Amino acid sequence: MTTPLLRLAGINKSFGPIDVLHDISLEVNRGEVLCLLGDNGAGKSTLIKILSGVHKPTSGTMEMDGKAVAFDSPRDASDHGIATVHQFGGTFPLMSIGRSFFVGAEPTRRWGPLTIYDRKRANEIAVTEMRQLGITRIDDGDRLVGGLSGGERQALAIARAVHFGASVLILDEPTAALGVKEAAHVLRIVLQARRKGIAVIFITHNVVHALTVGDHFAVLIRGAKAADFRKGEKSREAITDLMAGGEQMAELEAEIESFSATDDRPAPHGASHA
Amino acid sequence: MTSQAHDQPAVVATAPPAPHSSMPSIGSLVRRPEVGSLIGMIAVLVFFSIFGGANFMSAGGAASWLNVASELGIIALPVGLLMIAGHLDLSVGSMIPASSMTIAIISGHYGLPIIVGILAALALGLIVGFINGVLVIHTKVPSFVVTLATLFALAGLTLGLSIILSGSTSVALKSGPIAKLVFGDYLGGKFQVTLFWWIAIVLIVGFILNFSRFGNWILAMGGDAVSARNAGIPTDRVTIALFMSSGLCAAFVGMSQAILYNSAQVAAGQSFIFNSIIAVVIGGVLLTGGYGSVVGIVLGTLTFSIVNQGIFYTGFDANWASLIIGVLLLAAVLMNNTFRNMALTYAPRSKSRARS
Repeated sequence: MTTPLLRLAGINKSFGPIDVLHDISLEVNRGEVLCLLGDNGAGKSTLIKILSGVHKPTSGTMEMDGKAVAFDSPRDASDHGIATVHQFGGTFPLMSIGRSFFVGAEPTRRWGPLTIYDRKRANEIAVTEMRQLGITRIDDGDRLVGGLSGGERQALAIARAVHFGASVLILDEPTAALGVKEAAHVLRIVLQARRKGIAVIFITHNVVHALTVGDHFAVLIRGAKAADFRKGEKSREAITDLMAGGEQMAELEAEIESFSATDDRPAPHGASHA
Repeated sequence: MTSQAHDQPAVVATAPPAPHSSMPSIGSLVRRPEVGSLIGMIAVLVFFSIFGGANFMSAGGAASWLNVASELGIIALPVGLLMIAGHLDLSVGSMIPASSMTIAIISGHYGLPIIVGILAALALGLIVGFINGVLVIHTKVPSFVVTLATLFALAGLTLGLSIILSGSTSVALKSGPIAKLVFGDYLGGKFQVTLFWWIAIVLIVGFILNFSRFGNWILAMGGDAVSARNAGIPTDRVTIALFMSSGLCAAFVGMSQAILYNSAQVAAGQSFIFNSIIAVVIGGVLLTGGYGSVVGIVLGTLTFSIVNQGIFYTGFDANWASLIIGVLLLAAVLMNNTFRNMALTYAPRSKSRARS
């Protein structure tokens, strides 16, 4: 058994008296996609923030490559090779693709006595990296990020992470705001990143997307890990039930059914209005 | 939208890569957001050359608005950079008289060498800027409020100290020929030397914003300060440096005014607070930060100055100038939004269509 690239053991997090995460243990391997599933408020974002250095765990340990790590800041986490891509990808809509790709790590060249930002090289690299992820529509790095589609922005952010040598890629609901085709493209990019040997942590509440790309799944319910299983071990229905808290979902479905039964009749209220 | 993104690659992939020339194409030029500011400036220039008559277009007429533009422009540039980074600096309104009084009291009232007064005035600008920056970073209070506070505090300090030190709210200053020539003279009897300083500062700020890493940091901070910090940008240092530059530039204008007019008043300069913001916003800088250009700021400054001075060359009552500026500001912002949206939706597709 190889050492997992990233291992969390017994992570707890509380904000004052409120316990947000209890005893979370997870492992992510190189070239694997770990899907982190959970309903809103299950603690997914807190867990991401711990992984990306925004919060420190109240207790528990994190290891990378078998060595204990503690992140002081998001910068520290990214220096360890952990890259986080948020739902809307690039956060600088009014910057050019090349500029936003290299924010904080701008390439420079000499210009007489001065060191200047190498716009041409930045644009070329950004466009090339995006092309490698299948975004071939973009051929001009001077275009503004805000002009890209949601999927293209995700691709830009992922391309950036890959270019700067991320070994762990955290994707926070990358497909949530996307249409069907765009989401499919992003899922394809996730698989491309996996093929490069990157450990991907894919946060979603879309079970179909998770099952498409995931090798390994963890379900969070109210801050605790409710299930941890590998591809093919559970059906889609079983996972959905788990995420919603099992029985509750069945109750909810029954409730919806009774509602839709009453809705089948013509609504007298609406008719009188017209 | 989504279907385009996926039908497109197959087509583009087979086409040869678009040639990347260093010259922007006409298509991309039209989509540059500064075009809005340029149209605005041309419009007011045409308007006032028609209604202002020959005098407005004469050297004297041009000097009148260029002189206003140069002083306003020197302040608008760093204020614009601050706005791009997501901050405002209102304290420039008090910085100008504070710096004027500093040089006038030191070199006029006490008779110390002019260079001491100049350096003290500029140092004061840096100090006030530093204080603004530190306060904004550490209190997390919006810079609008912080600099509003320093605006009043500095005005009070200037008035109080001027009375204590010189016993007056107006102090005369006699500066030597060199200081006059460098900071406060009229070339050809009409054009202030501050014009050249403005040009120099345009070049410096233009270099910083477009060609330095620092410029990229400014844009990123205004776009999203948290992400910028996470990307490793020393946001605190950038913020302090930007406030210090606006303090320095405001102090420079105050100092050169004192040398130009041979005197300093406690109550000068308040008009620069809003005028600098108006010039920057007309120039297409986003008030909330993250977007703006030096070309735009320069165009906005010129537009403002043309309206501000041009009105005196027309037959209209000068009181109407503010009305024009108000309408112009609104029109400029709407136009800038339009052009910015065009820039956002600009796609290579339309470029190839234009070519065929």
